[in-house]
Amino acid sequence: MAMLEVRNLGVTFATNDGTVTAVNGVNFALERGETLGIVGESGSGKSQLSFAIMGLLAANGTATGSVLFDGQELLNAPPKVINPLRAVKIAMVFQDPMTSLNPYMRVCDQMAEVLIHHKGMSKAHAMAECVRMLDAVKIPDAKGRFRLYPHEFSGGMRQRVMIAMALMCGPDLLIADEPTTALDVTVQAQIMSLLNALQKDFGMATILITHDLGVIAGFCRDVIVLYGGRIMEKAPVEPLFASPAHPYTRGLISAIPRVDTHGETLVTIPGTPPNMLRAPKGCPFAPRCAHAGDDCADSPAPLTQFAPGRLRACHRSLEELA
Amino acid sequence: MFSYIARRLLVAIPTLLILIVLSAVLMHAAPGGPFNSERKLSPEVIANLTAKYGLDQPLWYQIWAYIRDLVLHFDFGPSFKYKDRTVNDIIAQGFPVTLKYGFWSFIIATVLGIVAGVVAAINHNKATDYLVLTIAIVGAVLPGYVLAPIMVLFFTLYLGWLPGGGWEDGEWRYLVMPVLALATGYIASIARLMRSSMLETLNSNFVRTARAKGLPEWKVITGHVMKPALLPILSYLGPVFVGMVTGSVVIDMYFSTGGIGKSFVDSALNRDYSVMLGITLLVGALTILFNLIVDVLYAFIDPKIRY
Repeated sequence: MAMLEVRNLGVTFATNDGTVTAVNGVNFALERGETLGIVGESGSGKSQLSFAIMGLLAANGTATGSVLFDGQELLNAPPKVINPLRAVKIAMVFQDPMTSLNPYMRVCDQMAEVLIHHKGMSKAHAMAECVRMLDAVKIPDAKGRFRLYPHEFSGGMRQRVMIAMALMCGPDLLIADEPTTALDVTVQAQIMSLLNALQKDFGMATILITHDLGVIAGFCRDVIVLYGGRIMEKAPVEPLFASPAHPYTRGLISAIPRVDTHGETLVTIPGTPPNMLRAPKGCPFAPRCAHAGDDCADSPAPLTQFAPGRLRACHRSLEELA
Repeated sequence: MFSYIARRLLVAIPTLLILIVLSAVLMHAAPGGPFNSERKLSPEVIANLTAKYGLDQPLWYQIWAYIRDLVLHFDFGPSFKYKDRTVNDIIAQGFPVTLKYGFWSFIIATVLGIVAGVVAAINHNKATDYLVLTIAIVGAVLPGYVLAPIMVLFFTLYLGWLPGGGWEDGEWRYLVMPVLALATGYIASIARLMRSSMLETLNSNFVRTARAKGLPEWKVITGHVMKPALLPILSYLGPVFVGMVTGSVVIDMYFSTGGIGKSFVDSALNRDYSVMLGITLLVGALTILFNLIVDVLYAFIDPKIRY
């Protein structure tokens, strides 16, 4: 059995305007030490997918299906089941390090409380651990800085603190939800190379959620492409980029600007993502897809394996797309 | 920090001087004077009184003389209405009374208001939340002059538990109703403020981070939510404290407590210039002081604020 098994996961939100479907029928599994990228544009449901796994959905959110971690059901689990797993087995790095750290607490106190609570460590011992972890995420002069407040760090440093905090208990699974979105490009590269190095050192499985295909390419072994809350394609990184098998993935990859083709307009996918308040009955990409037929609007294509390790959800055969 | 406090206290001096001048001008602009009464006084008597209290001098001289006596002798002058009483006497007699019931009202309003707000926010959109909100709205719309007679009716006339008025040096039975009548409205507004501030904090990203750490909900709330949620309450509490300890005319009238709340309104009606000015200055000075205290407390609570 895989370490993490997500089966038929659905996430909906009750809003004043009706029910919004954020995630729909998502299945995947993750083994120890694996790296999985989940890529999708804004509103594709990738963040809600990760919140559902951690049990952190907003109060108006409902999760259906099943999330098994080491065989234990996490979905809608009571606090006494899920709290001992959070931070200890599954940890999370959030999108915005400016607001995701508590501005009223010293960085060391925020980090140490994980160890004090879960491991029963003494405060002094936990503080020493904090310094060690801040060193591990390459914060210069960690000893002199661990008692500072978050606003006394730069954005990139704060994200390093977030990462250090997530790794305090040596989790088996790290979920990084757009860890570089709020940072500028040079800092993005530093944070990704840090995450890469830490992933190799600590050997934890990692789910990297991003809208940036470049980030995925450098970090993950496998990739899930999410659109309208559904998986469009799942494949190892190299074949996904070399020969994408879904019209949406193809659109995404051809939309990456290239430095070797000057002077042309940027390629885009025509249309806009579906309004998830009225989730489409069929394939969510059908309205924007050049290859869509009547069958696409009627029912979503099942996610099927067409080559070893490669799955796609499309009614058109690969030959038809060619 | 020390230089900041010193600077703020220095700025308070011109502020209070401006307060004196503005109040004096406004008081004298109001029609009538301290010696107008239903019983007509002879012009000679009026002239004598006016001269005795210096009201025949130009206004700028009166203000100057007032400030001079205040600074040199800490003398707020004689009351224009009560022949043998000075303003210092009136404040020395009435302020301890309002300070006592105002202080206990403040404690009760703060504690109950915060507890009610926290309970409502934790049970957001549940029955408890709606119950607290309903009580808070009723409390907010129920003015003291409605609540006070209802309480007297109930506790004094019906149950016979508490005396209907008087002070008796603030013995607890005389204290209960003034304290409750004054506190009710404030409990309601503090509860509503605390609830919304708490809800906002509960939705912030760093609270989600705290939950992702696997902390039990009570640790998330005590460790991460309470402090930021209390900050907006703190700035509200400074002026509220001053308002409460300087009393309320409704309380002083209904319960005959003899505090400065009634003295203040009486002085305005009687055109008792020196009493009016004295109490205005007291309220002004306390407001400046407690706003300063709140700002200093902020520096201890919010690490982003340093002086």
